[in-house]
Amino acid sequence: MLRTVLTTVAVLGLVLLPHPGQATAITTLKSLKLDVPASDAMFPGGPGSDAINNNCLACHSADHVLNQPSLSREAWQEVVNKMITAYKAPVSPDDAKAIVDYLARTKGPDKASNARAQQ
Amino acid sequence: MQDHELQRARLTRRRVLGGMGIASLALMSPPASAQETVDLHVPGGPSTRMITTSYPQKGRMILQRSSPPWLETPFEVFDKGVFTPNDQHYVSWHWATFPGDIDVDSFRLTVRGQVNQTLSLSLKDILQSLPRFDIAAVNQCAGNSRIYAVPRVAGAQWADGSMSNAIWTGVRLKDVLDRAGVKPGAIQVRFGGLDEPVMPDAPKFLKSLTIDHARDGEVMIAFAMNGEQLPLLNGFPLRLVVPGWCGVYWVKMLNDIEVLDQSDTNYWTTTGYRVPDTPHNTVKPGETGFKLVPVTRNAPRSFITNIRDGDGVPVGTPASARGIAFGGDCGVARVDLSIDGGQSWQPTELGANQGTYGFRQWQTQFTLSARGPHTLMVRCTNTKNEAQPGFRVWNPAGYLFNTIETTHVVAA
Repeated sequence: MLRTVLTTVAVLGLVLLPHPGQATAITTLKSLKLDVPASDAMFPGGPGSDAINNNCLACHSADHVLNQPSLSREAWQEVVNKMITAYKAPVSPDDAKAIVDYLARTKGPDKASNARAQQ
Repeated sequence: MQDHELQRARLTRRRVLGGMGIASLALMSPPASAQETVDLHVPGGPSTRMITTSYPQKGRMILQRSSPPWLETPFEVFDKGVFTPNDQHYVSWHWATFPGDIDVDSFRLTVRGQVNQTLSLSLKDILQSLPRFDIAAVNQCAGNSRIYAVPRVAGAQWADGSMSNAIWTGVRLKDVLDRAGVKPGAIQVRFGGLDEPVMPDAPKFLKSLTIDHARDGEVMIAFAMNGEQLPLLNGFPLRLVVPGWCGVYWVKMLNDIEVLDQSDTNYWTTTGYRVPDTPHNTVKPGETGFKLVPVTRNAPRSFITNIRDGDGVPVGTPASARGIAFGGDCGVARVDLSIDGGQSWQPTELGANQGTYGFRQWQTQFTLSARGPHTLMVRCTNTKNEAQPGFRVWNPAGYLFNTIETTHVVAA
């Protein structure tokens, strides 16, 4: 019900928008103080999960990775290399190997064929 | 009831995570309101996403990444009109460190580098002492529709909703540069915002334009969209608007403008966001030896918004098709519809022109005379006579996809 009301308001708002070329009369801005949600979700447990949890979650949440497609080991190696060289993630060589192994195991090409087989 | 909902949420989450164990599910804690999901209909990978309403100043959004936020506009929004409501304008950040607390009195925009006079402009200076203008423009991520790449590629797995249209209000970048006085020898202008990398050595997010582009009179320092101040997650208090160019250039929380007399060498200009220098930026998977160039302008695109893949259409009677199109870095000349998989095309009627760089609505009637499956396609041709290609645009990073869209329907 609330959603219906809000949608109606949004549609009316579109109609009331100023015509392009007629600059909006907004004269001042209001300060904002807002909380942006973070995520404390961890990677699913298994070999290498400590390495990926400890090294990757400082910069991005786990869903960044979990929403990626299934990729080959080489492609995951390339992703991990990019995080280290381009984005300066401080990952030790041992942890980098554990992370690539984890990704190849949980999001490798066999996962893609499994997913296709299930469809 | 509560238990039932909890179980349903777990099952949905289980599907997203590819059947991981229940024990590890307990470790997942998405926002409490994110139980609703959307299916993005992509084969071979996680196809389901949470719908979130947990982000400040944002309504229903597709949760692509929690932090730094990637929030996608749900596709049904594009059927409601050409201007995307601010609370459903898509959101994309590179780095997680950006303020949620911005004081409008102490905020300053710095203009420095190869200028006669360094400026430190308050928001009052910008809103009250410079001429303002409005421009409608589509903000589209270079990676929009990446999830549909064949083969799939790494990166933000956007469906078709990392694009949004707004009427932007602000001041001309040219006027601000003129006030500072650009020195002879200036060749580029570099833009930075309040966002910072988490790792101190990592490259701060910066983008540059040529001095001529920066002074073309259309590039804007925007302080409002659709008549309201920018939502925090869309770059409050100021963002750059580069009409016709990809969203990566539209620097959010803009607080630093640096005029350069040498080419910008930062990572995001020289290495990130690059595509093959080939027709339609397209190469074959595995191909090597092509030159890479930065993504720049948007390419023409069009979408059917009132009929979704798999929908039924009544046979033998006229049906309505409608949607949106944009020309890229110029206007829309025409939008054509095919009801026979691209063998023949019929023109559609364009809606009012509400701005060269914005979405434009189109509509038409069509009749499917035989029962069974049919393939609808929609194709935009822009005012530079550039049409969307029929072949699949593909490059290793999944940028600038603009292949003709296909919608499968069943006439019954």
